[in-house]
Amino acid sequence: MAKVGIIGVGQSSFVRGYPGSIRELAFEGFKEAMEDAKIHIKDIDASIIASAPEYDKQRSPAGVIAEYLGLIPQPTFYIESICSSSSTGVKVAYSMIKAGIHDVVAVIGFQKMSEISSSESQERMGRGADIQWESPFGTMMPAYYAMYARAHMATYGTTLEDLAKIRVKAATYGQINEKAVYRKAVTMEMFTDPESNMSATVAKPLRVGDCCANADGSSCIIIANEEKAKAMSKNPIWILGIGAASETVNMAGRDLLTGLSVGIEAGKQAYAMAGVTPKDIDVAEVHDCFTIAEMMAYENLGFAKPGEGKDLIASKETYKEGHIPVNVDGGLLSKGHPIGATGGSQIRTIVLQLRGEAGEMQVKNPEIGLVHNIGGVGLYGNVTILGR
Amino acid sequence: MAKKEVDDRFKKFGTVSFTAITKTNDFIDYLEKGKVMGTKCKDCGAVYFPPRSDCFKCLDSNMEWFEVSGAGKLLSFSELKYGPVGFENDLPYTIALVDYGDYKVFGRISKDIPYEELKVGMGLKAESNTLPNGQLNYVFTTP
Repeated sequence: MAKVGIIGVGQSSFVRGYPGSIRELAFEGFKEAMEDAKIHIKDIDASIIASAPEYDKQRSPAGVIAEYLGLIPQPTFYIESICSSSSTGVKVAYSMIKAGIHDVVAVIGFQKMSEISSSESQERMGRGADIQWESPFGTMMPAYYAMYARAHMATYGTTLEDLAKIRVKAATYGQINEKAVYRKAVTMEMFTDPESNMSATVAKPLRVGDCCANADGSSCIIIANEEKAKAMSKNPIWILGIGAASETVNMAGRDLLTGLSVGIEAGKQAYAMAGVTPKDIDVAEVHDCFTIAEMMAYENLGFAKPGEGKDLIASKETYKEGHIPVNVDGGLLSKGHPIGATGGSQIRTIVLQLRGEAGEMQVKNPEIGLVHNIGGVGLYGNVTILGR
Repeated sequence: MAKKEVDDRFKKFGTVSFTAITKTNDFIDYLEKGKVMGTKCKDCGAVYFPPRSDCFKCLDSNMEWFEVSGAGKLLSFSELKYGPVGFENDLPYTIALVDYGDYKVFGRISKDIPYEELKVGMGLKAESNTLPNGQLNYVFTTP
């Protein structure tokens, strides 16, 4: 079976209040990926543009961005699955290449969360769930994940302290990632210090420190079939496994409250396709939109048994020097979470790790990496396994 | 010609409703009568909460209403300190998921129960409720 490879990766800095328009933001990630791939726009057969549309003023952003990047008259497709939009884009690009429809596809994820005012943003946040049956109760993203945290605590005895450890780790790497939006250290003491913003409750039991940093940003992943990848790139990174799953929007439809079923299902698919097990993963990026989400990802991906995620973080095994380094670029918590750009940024991190180009964040000689990207409250999930 | 009447009863659901027109509009009439209702497929017996007007198992729309009655078990909950636009006056409030065995119900916990007394696993029942702004929803209370 012919392989599919990644030949270029890029991302903008993740920032608060990007001083430009969405097309200019998309250009930043695209430029870095094109310079990385050392190819010409004529080499790209199609583009996939990914974002969460509720933050965009531009209707159907794909055409506008494809035009700005010079990817006309090639076909362009708009893909969204909220926070996992760009990894869904990668799955679609992979499928198109496998089908032989296109040889080289650029997946551009972006989000300018500051495109709309904070009151408009607050209004949209109220519609982030099942708008018919749940939003009328006044739901918010952090509150849903807080319900998962509460259930995890009740079932496994997980504590707020266990969750805080995950944020402290994220901040360790956010400080050394020059593209991260949050560059400061976070200590355990901040979570119990009433003077620190980190300790303020958002939705019980989650605190500000448990929540990811909103940001504006873009990412770009350039994908090619085996022949082109080998011809164009000295060090392509191969897509070994790619899984995707969905779950009910409504919480009432969920059977599992201590983990995200989409992470488990997409992970199973990706492991089976790649022919590897969790033990084979040398470095991972998981969707830590909240600290509890990273804890559940450890367990859902098989890095820890259910309920033992807290032991994994306590033993620091998910730090850079541990046996399964996770989110050593700062993760969504510190690097930032520009919705549509996030999956592409996670994939970029793993590609750089596998090439040995992650600088200060570099893990020792990884061969296989994993990317876990979730859309909504475990509504969509993509797991992608990459190898040299 | 007379103007066609629009059945938009569902706009009464919750502090802020984002849906006005649905085939499950009778849910609102039941709430007004003090009942929280789900739907059941007459063909295959599948039970749905939240209620739906179509059964994906039978590809049919032969549904009947049933009442969510008795006590369920609290699965999880969270108290919100911040809310979306339109919910400011309700803060703080607690959302929750309650297990009734054949189905689960997502909603709010009654302000009559102090937050400190909430515990995963405790019994709760769903009760229709009129909000200060005249809208309708349901809340979980002690059975």
